[in-house]
Amino acid sequence: MESDRIERLLEKYFEATTTAAEEQELRMYFAGNGVAPHLRAYTPMFSYFTQAKTERFTRQVPLKPRRTKVIQWISVAAVAVLMLGLFLGNQYREQREAEYAYQQTRKALGLIAQNLDRGTVKVARLSEFEEAKQKIYKN
Amino acid sequence: MQATNQSTVMTQTEFLKTVMPFKDKLFRMAKRLLVSTEEAEDATQEVLMKLWAGKRNMGRYNNVEAFAMTMTKNFCLDRLKSKQSGNLKLVHSNYADSQSSLQRQLEAEDSVAWIERIMQELPEQQRMILQLRDVEAYEYEEIEAMLDMKPTAVRVALSRARKAVRDKLVEKHRYGIG
Repeated sequence: MESDRIERLLEKYFEATTTAAEEQELRMYFAGNGVAPHLRAYTPMFSYFTQAKTERFTRQVPLKPRRTKVIQWISVAAVAVLMLGLFLGNQYREQREAEYAYQQTRKALGLIAQNLDRGTVKVARLSEFEEAKQKIYKN
Repeated sequence: MQATNQSTVMTQTEFLKTVMPFKDKLFRMAKRLLVSTEEAEDATQEVLMKLWAGKRNMGRYNNVEAFAMTMTKNFCLDRLKSKQSGNLKLVHSNYADSQSSLQRQLEAEDSVAWIERIMQELPEQQRMILQLRDVEAYEYEEIEAMLDMKPTAVRVALSRARKAVRDKLVEKHRYGIG
């Protein structure tokens, strides 16, 4: 009786026209003890499907929760370092330029001072001349 | 800005809760295709990590499970392809041939293991459909979406796969009697 129905289900099963419920019924039938002798050849097939479903994935997957956040922060830090570097580099360059300008100015002022000295010597001589003239006028 | 970001991004716990119901199914699919347990574990881990990396987009997929299954399928098929292009396959089949006949007989004793071997001989597509329907009991619509196949193509391949397993079984049964 029951094996008739199972035979019909098997026929449908191999044509891939059984419903999910009918396939479940087949798996249940072949998992039981009352399998008709002429159908026993099919038992391993259905018990394989049942057994295959018991395999589990047990490995712990390393999920890095802040991976994207860390990368975000690294990029922010990199930009900050770059900006700081540019700023400091610029400052250094400006300082060097200022120092150079200072030296040049000093040199120029030094030259002026030298020439000025020469000038005062001449002016001193001039004042001697004036003194002499005054003496003459007084007498 | 920061606050809205926080609320839309999935936390690790939420992610694990989403993935938990089907991670075993992904692994079994990977194992059916790659055969080796370790390679299947690597593949599953890879797929889960890819899902986690793209979790921002997860709300867009209406069926994360089907999407993950398609990812697993593609990943494993790529693996198999690159393995075939190298000489790994040759080495592997040499190894299989050198197995003693005694060991093969022992394997055949366990008829469930024998079905597993029959499965391994099927073309990849038939193997995947048999896995998805007869092991995982997915609906046809889901299998069509996962494998990107037409309904009739799924039915035809499933019927062929089931008959191929049956024919091998009957063959074996006859040998067993005779």
